[in-house]
Formats: sequence, C-alpha cells, structure tokens
Amino acid sequence: MANVQSWLTDDSPDSRLQARLIRLYRISGALARNPLAAVGAVIILMLILTAIFAPIVATHDPLLQDLTKRLLRPSSAHWMGTDELGRDIWSRVVFGARITLVIVVLVAVLAAPAGLLIGAVAGYFGGWVDRLLMGITDIFLSMPKLILALALVAALGPGIENAIIAIAITSWPGYARISRAETMTFRNSEFIAAIRLQGASAFRVILGHVLPLCTSSMIVRVTLDMAGIILTAAGLGFIGLGAQPPLPEWGAMIARGRSFILDQWWVATMPGFAIIAVSLGFCFLGDGLRDVLDPKSGENH
Amino acid sequence: MTALSLKNLDIFYGRTQITQAINLEIQEGESFALVGESGSGKSTVLKAIAGLAPEWTGSITAFGKPRGHGIDQNFSKTCQMVFQDPYGSLHPRKTVDAILSEPLSIHGIGNQNERVEDVLISVGLDRKFRFRFPHQLSGGQRQRVAIARALVLQPKLLLLDEPTSALDVSVQAEILNLLKRLRREQNLTFLMVTHNLPVVSFLCDRLAVMRHGRIVETADVAQLKQGALIEPYSRELIDISATHAT
Amino acid sequence: MSHPLLAVENLRVTFPTSRGPMDVVRGISFSLGRERLGIVGESGSGKSMTGRSILKLIRSPGTVTADRLDFDGIDLLKQTEKAMRAIRGARISMVMQDPKFSLNPVMTVGEQIAEALITHQRLARREVRERVHAMLESVRISDPQRVAKLYPHEVSGGMGQRVMIAMMLIPEPDLLIADEPTSALDVSVQAQVLDIIDDLVRRKGMGLIFISHDLNLVSSYCDRILVMNSGRVVEECKAGELRGATHPYTRALISAVPRLNETRDELPVLDRSAWADQ
Repeated sequence: MANVQSWLTDDSPDSRLQARLIRLYRISGALARNPLAAVGAVIILMLILTAIFAPIVATHDPLLQDLTKRLLRPSSAHWMGTDELGRDIWSRVVFGARITLVIVVLVAVLAAPAGLLIGAVAGYFGGWVDRLLMGITDIFLSMPKLILALALVAALGPGIENAIIAIAITSWPGYARISRAETMTFRNSEFIAAIRLQGASAFRVILGHVLPLCTSSMIVRVTLDMAGIILTAAGLGFIGLGAQPPLPEWGAMIARGRSFILDQWWVATMPGFAIIAVSLGFCFLGDGLRDVLDPKSGENH
Repeated sequence: MTALSLKNLDIFYGRTQITQAINLEIQEGESFALVGESGSGKSTVLKAIAGLAPEWTGSITAFGKPRGHGIDQNFSKTCQMVFQDPYGSLHPRKTVDAILSEPLSIHGIGNQNERVEDVLISVGLDRKFRFRFPHQLSGGQRQRVAIARALVLQPKLLLLDEPTSALDVSVQAEILNLLKRLRREQNLTFLMVTHNLPVVSFLCDRLAVMRHGRIVETADVAQLKQGALIEPYSRELIDISATHAT
Repeated sequence: MSHPLLAVENLRVTFPTSRGPMDVVRGISFSLGRERLGIVGESGSGKSMTGRSILKLIRSPGTVTADRLDFDGIDLLKQTEKAMRAIRGARISMVMQDPKFSLNPVMTVGEQIAEALITHQRLARREVRERVHAMLESVRISDPQRVAKLYPHEVSGGMGQRVMIAMMLIPEPDLLIADEPTSALDVSVQAQVLDIIDDLVRRKGMGLIFISHDLNLVSSYCDRILVMNSGRVVEECKAGELRGATHPYTRALISAVPRLNETRDELPVLDRSAWADQ
C-alpha cells in the first residue's frame, strides 16, 4: 500500500499514464476534503449501487399488485408503505433509481459531447461559423426547456426513450455556450499559436488542445444540471408524458399519489424524498467539483 | 545563403497598418535583433513571418523560398518560434513529453522517444522533468521546454519573441547562455525581438531599430557596443539603457 | 524625530502548504526614516510579501508575525482592521505594478482619484475636483480636465501608472510603498514615472520603499538598498556602495546582468546551492 501511495505522489513521473493518474489522485483527494462534496459523492454512489443491486435491495416485486394491501402505512413489512394498487413503495423507489440513473446518464452522454463540440468549433473559428452555430443554439435556448420537451414528447409519443431525447435536445445549447465562452478565452493564447505553428490542423487543435481545457467546466455544469434533468424527467412523468405505467418512475409515482396526499401522504412524498436527495447529491458534488477543478482557485490541478 | 529576406513588408490588422516598408536581410547562421518599444510593430513582424498575422503585402522569403500568408506545414520544419511568456506558451494540461512529441506526430516522424530525450538533454533538462505538467516547473524550466519544443523539428531559423524578459535576472543569464550555445552547436539563424539592448549585445551580430512601424536604423552590434548608433531615436534608446547600468 | 518612520524587527510571513508551513519571509529586520529604501530580489524572495505585510494586506491562511512593526510610533501589529483602514491610503500608500489590473475599469480616472481623497477627508465637491486636477498636473499630465473623464482602458500604460501614483499620493501619506511600479512599462516611460515618484517623495518629505527585481534601477533611485533572497536579507548597503557588495548572491546578481558593451562569451550563472537551505 505504501508503494502505491508513493507512486501516486511522485514528483517526477515516469510515464504519461502515471502523470495522469497522479493528477486524478490529487483531484479526488481535494474533493474528499470538501465535506459537502463528500456527502454528495456518497449519495450518488448510493444511487448507483441501489440501481445496480436493486433486486437485492428491494423487498418486494415492484410491479406486484395486491389489492388487499392498498395504501398501508410505512411499517416493518413495507418500509415506505404501499400505494393505491398495493405495490410496495420502497421497492418501487429502489427500482425507480434505475430509471432515474438511465435518464440522467443518457441525457448527459447525448447532450454534453454535442454541446461541447459545437461550442468549441464556434469559439475556435469565430466569424460566420460562430454566428451560424450560435444562431442555431440561440433558437433552441430561446424556448423554455420544459415546454420544448413537452412539445417533442407530444410529437414523438410518450415513453421514457422519447423523454430522454427531448430533454437532451433542450440541454445541449447551454453546454455549447459554456464551451464557446471557454474556448474564446484561450483561443489567442500562445500555446494555441505554438501548436498551430507546428502545423497542426484545426481538427487536431480543437480535439487535442481546446476540448481538454473545456472539460473541467463541462463536468461541473453537467453535474449541476443533473438535478434539473431529474426534475424535468419527473415533471414529464408527472404529466404522464415520460415513463409510462407500470414503470416505477419517481415523477409518475408522485403524480399518482397526489390525489390522496392528505391522508396517505407517504405515497407521494417517499418518491419526492428520493428526488430531493439525489438532486442535492448532484448539486453538492457539482459544487465540490467546481471548487476543485476551477483553474482560478488553484493551478494545481 | 540568405536565411530570411523581407521586402517592403506592410502588415495590417484590420484597417490599421502596423508596419511600413520593412526591408531586411538575414544571412544563414546570423543572429539578428529587432529592437524597439511596445507599439513599434516588432512582434508583428515575427508573427507575419510565422504566419500568425496573415494580412500583409510585400514579400517574405526564407532560404530562397517565398512564403505564403498563412501557416504553412512545410515551413514549420524550417522555422519555429519561442514565445515570451513561459507561463502562457505551454498547454497547461499536457506533460512535457506530450508537448515535445506532438510536433513529431504531426509530421509523421518516427523514433519519437529518442528525439524527445535528445532535445531535453540539449536544453539542459533532466529526464525527471519529462512527465511533469507545466505548473510543476519553474519559469526557467518552462522556457527551456519552450525552446526544446521549437527545436524538436530541427528548424534552421528560430524566431524569438522577447524570450527572457519575463524571467528573473539569474534565470535570464542561464537561458541566454543556452541560446548562445544552441546557436553555435546547430548553426541556427536567430531573429530576436527585444527592447533590452544589453541582451542584444550579448547574443546578436546585427540589429535594426524600429519605431512606429518603421525601421529607423540598421547596424552592427559592434556599433551598439560603442554607443555609435547614428539616428537620434537609437541614441535615445542607448541613453535610457545606459542609465539603468550601474 | 525621535523614532524612525518605520521599524521592523523579525518579520515573518508564513503560508500553510500541503508540505507543512512555509516561511516566505524569514525574520527580517530593518528601519526606515524619511529616506528612500530599495528592496531588491528575484521572484520568490519575499520582497512583495514584506511590502504587503507592512500594510497588513496579507489575509489568512497567511500569517504575519514580528517582534516589532512600528509606524511613526504606532504599533501596527495591534491595530484592528478598522484602524488599519484609516492608516492605509492616508498615512501609508502603495503603488502596484500593472495599472491594467489595479485601476477599477468601470470608474473614470477622476472618480477613482477623488475616491482616494474623500475616503479620508470630507470636502466640498468643487474642492475635490480642484485637488484632483492639481494632483494630475503634479504627475505631469498636461490636460487634467480631459484625462479625469477618461476610463482606465483609454489611457496608456505610463499614464495609467501616473494616475495610480496620483491616487496614492493625493491623501498625502507619510510612507509610500512602490511594488515594481515600472515593470509593466516601456523603458522610456519608466524613467519618467520614476522621476515623478522621486520628485514627489522629495518634495513632501515622504519615506519610500521601492520594491523591484531590477538592481540597477533601485540603485539609481534609492539611498539604501536591501537585497533579499529566499525570505532573508542577504545584503544591506548604501546605493552608491553597491559595487563593493560582499554577499556572493549580490555579486552574482550584479554580474549576471548583460551589459551594453558586453564582451563575455558566457554570462556567470548563480550557483544556488551556495546559500539555498530549502
């Protein structure tokens, strides 16, 4: 163990891989020292583990209805009570974590790279390329996110895949703006001039030199956005345009619990707690990442 | 052979004209200085030669071949540039090894490991620095990496934009010594931009004084050392420089 | 005067790092009368930190300790932040390196100079305006009414630095700390700005601490020189006696600078192991 430790803090690494791993180690160390970020990381880790091990963590089959056990209070048999069809809410929340995770990851994977690339290209080239790409971006940005997502889902049909596509399409413009702004700050810097002078094509410069510098702010922004994505998905589910029944999507669960929220509060609030916890987790983690990765707060990363 | 020939070079930036009728000839193996204050246009001349300032009229010829306006991949093997700011001229996320290997990759040059090791030795950097990031290096070490990067493609002409003005006095001495030695060892031609006359005296053979975009005087460094420049502006620069010396 | 203008004894500035606390200034002592003192050093020598610690501008996590830090009889170590604010600007002022970064970009030049004045004195608006114009003239800006209405990005570097000086000297402090005041300027403008500082300091009988990396510059404009290296003072001498400096670092620093009439094939390089104790 001591050997690994000294390998990871070596001042003079022997290979590029070691240098990168050392940097990663330093970043995670700094992150761990930030209490809120650590809390956030733990919450997200629990989300991931719950999703992966859902069949083990859940106590009942989330889809199994038992009309004799409708709307039971939380008890030792049903930790979060049962809903209007007698299904165990705890198990539904646990399996709902899978849905939430899938939505969040897919939106991030679809929207972030697209936005990153478009913004970097616009920022690097400037001129008419910039104006054209930003014009398109502005068109998407000018529409309210939820309305646009609604319209897309209404056009494509309800369902979780279409919800993901709709949310991704509304998210990429924000990332494009950030990546463009970042690119413009160092577009004229000497290290970019130097690599151009060595004969690098625009493709190589953007991919190899511009994008790596945009990724820090991108990671922070995506993490902070995840809370919003969850809420948007929940919103779509609430209106019935996201995941369709009987899938245990948290937003849809809140919608159905609405009608008896006064007497059987647990049906709506349990999935609500889950949403709050996960959103907070992403916010804390994102804030912590920003403190750690922000170049102004320390060139040491 | 003439390493570099500038004829009637007028450089523009948008609608502003930065330089007027620059005429210059540098022989192979010579070390030439462009001296002037900020705003004189001297750095812009370097940028035009490199291809970073493409709006110009006139002609730029290097080793007998005339040059186009923008960046030319072939030209990058003949002519490279060392920038002023050691903190800004290296990509913050790339190791020294990556910075030095990339130009070799771009031009499809094999035996990269050997070339990188050789160039590190020639600029006096121990191999323990090879996989560090720029923020883990001092200013002098960064400037050595910048020089190594410029030399890894084995160019014949080196453009130097105030290579030591951002460095401490003691580090400046080391880098100046290094540049002098490299020039001798590799028979390089230098075109250096600076406002520091004593550095010119140490490192260069000839100089041209620029003011407001024009060349005011061209002379041998021998004349500079004796304070025997002719134009009043040149003499003014010498006087100011002299008041700095104890 | 029975006491010196500034008395510093065993000043120590420490910053916590991942490898333990690091001293950037290691117990230096000096005193200053109504004279011009130059502090020379390379980057990392601690010279700027010394200047800032006099004004108690060093914020946590950095810590400043000293056996004695007296300004005109006032114990600076004991002053509260509120008391220090009354001292800063009014009695001790600081001119910094780059006017691009030290002038507020969204206020006009005149407004900033006026602000420096009215922070410490209550004056009628017309009198403030007159004092501002008079100050601009004393820093040799020939068209003060016009310049006072300009924004910092509309003036050249040299003029910006003169504005900075005007701002710092208008409250008529007793001590001026100039931290690399001309390093960001062209060589020809440097002399002008330094002459102005020199002139004003002399006329008002102020004390001056001139911090710089340029040994030659400092020796032309100061009476006494301190040479710092790695947080310690390695040499203290009168400006005229620099040639006779004894410490190897100072001698190496002097000889490492190329000369106008340079004949050496190689410049002497500092052997840092001779005094480095890190």
